[in-house]
Amino acid sequence: MTGARWRTVGLALLGFVMLAVLWEGYKWFWGAVDGSVLGWDLPASGDDTSMPHVWTVVERFGQPELRGSERTVGAAVLAGAWFTFRMAMGGFLIGVVVGLALAVVMQRFRLAEQGLLPYVILSQTVPLVALAPLVAGWGGNLSLPILGEWESWMSVVVIAAYLAFFPVAVGALRGLQSPSRASVELMRSYACPDRKTLWKLRFPAALPYLAPALKLAAAAAVVGAIVAEISTGTKGGIGRLIIEYSREATGDPAKVYTAVIAAALLGLLVAGIVTAFDTVAMRNRPKETAA
Amino acid sequence: MSGASAVEVVGVTKTFNVGKPNQVMALQDVSLSIRPGELVSLIGPSGCGKSTLLRLIADLTTPTAGEVTVNGKPAHQARVDHDYGMAFQQAGLFEWRTVARNVELPLELRGWDKKRRRQQALDMLRLVKLPDFADHYPWELSGGMQQRVAIARALSFDPPLLLMDEPFGALDEMTREHMQAELVRIRAATGKTVVFVTHSIPEAVYLSERVVVMSPRPGRITAVIDVDLGGRDEDTREDAAFFSKITEVREALRAVEATSPEPLEIGAVRGVDDR
Repeated sequence: MTGARWRTVGLALLGFVMLAVLWEGYKWFWGAVDGSVLGWDLPASGDDTSMPHVWTVVERFGQPELRGSERTVGAAVLAGAWFTFRMAMGGFLIGVVVGLALAVVMQRFRLAEQGLLPYVILSQTVPLVALAPLVAGWGGNLSLPILGEWESWMSVVVIAAYLAFFPVAVGALRGLQSPSRASVELMRSYACPDRKTLWKLRFPAALPYLAPALKLAAAAAVVGAIVAEISTGTKGGIGRLIIEYSREATGDPAKVYTAVIAAALLGLLVAGIVTAFDTVAMRNRPKETAA
Repeated sequence: MSGASAVEVVGVTKTFNVGKPNQVMALQDVSLSIRPGELVSLIGPSGCGKSTLLRLIADLTTPTAGEVTVNGKPAHQARVDHDYGMAFQQAGLFEWRTVARNVELPLELRGWDKKRRRQQALDMLRLVKLPDFADHYPWELSGGMQQRVAIARALSFDPPLLLMDEPFGALDEMTREHMQAELVRIRAATGKTVVFVTHSIPEAVYLSERVVVMSPRPGRITAVIDVDLGGRDEDTREDAAFFSKITEVREALRAVEATSPEPLEIGAVRGVDDR
């Protein structure tokens, strides 16, 4: 088990190294053939402005954000990632609660499933870019009982939740419906009320379906939070940094890549947290390799 | 309808999909009385309604007409009062619970405290000869062992009646005969009334005091055969009286085929196997 875990970590690291080697390899090749092969232009420019060296990007983390500023790019990116992490986690948790609630209602009432499921699916076809300004527009117009004035970070959380709830709702619904007829009838033979059947049978049976759904939801929440920051103009997060740094890309090309790398690592971190939860929750389930 | 019956089925008809084009009469005017402590098998070709009859007794479905009484009360009340335990063809153990916690499940639902239900589960596992597997998970057990756990679970709250729907149908022949002997032993130890649905003629004869032969389209009881073989053991299987009862049941099933109002599909009676 621990061996397998080390293997996973090793493979992940190897992936990073491979990516760096590919990056540098392309740059070298682009330089060697001067940007075109047999008269065909290569799709991406490999010069230092478009594709700075890996080590330049790594170095950039340790340098000041702006000339003369005390804060390094690394610190700025870390602060941004922390902000976005909290937004994504908030959205993820709300998404999970909403998704589970929808799944329970849809499982419980067939009519609700028929009525709700199409809208659940439809909800994901609404472009985020169209939705974001709408939610952001609540600012100044909406005042909540406990939270007070609607603030722009709340819009980010709501949009992250909007993306996260969908895989949870669909996965949980399948999971809640997964128990065999015999299992359901067994509970009925005990005159077990539906609420208890939900706890004792349907939720535990849904866990294997929920695990991949939660991973998707976590990734969606991160993407949602980043996109929402950008389209609502919320300050403080990694999405905002990507926009700010990309404006400086001509003069300081390595800078924007630091933010991009941080966003990718953030996604990995969130996926890792969900995987850890999954490993704990599923520790006593049959393994596929078990005889 | 005497209060002395364990199960009393009177004039029961069950029609599925009433008023729809695919309306099916699964049972027509079925009456059956089962004495306390008796083991009765229901046998017949696929579609004869034997499982439906069992499910009516269990109140998992309700009759279109007629009445089902269990332990002297309406079937619904009997279900609410936990008057019966049930075992299905698939053991249906919850894979996230240990063997002992599976057996404890009905006790948990009845609100027993942890210590008491653990004790009861261990007693039940001793009864089905699996005391060493309490903390294993179901997927670590063989099919026969899983089915024993299912029986332990059905018996855990000490219901007077055991309803079994082809519980050994998915097991191999050797395991199956072994489980039949185990059921005979468990029944002798507990004195439960058992209603047992099966496809197998020897199984029905080996286990039962009475074999109820049913016919399809619509499901009816066509014969009730008393099986008086005394105490069962492994020698019973080689007894001449055992074979003559098997023949009797088989002939009753053939008669089903002969008197069937519409021609049976090929293989309908072959649904009853001779194992």
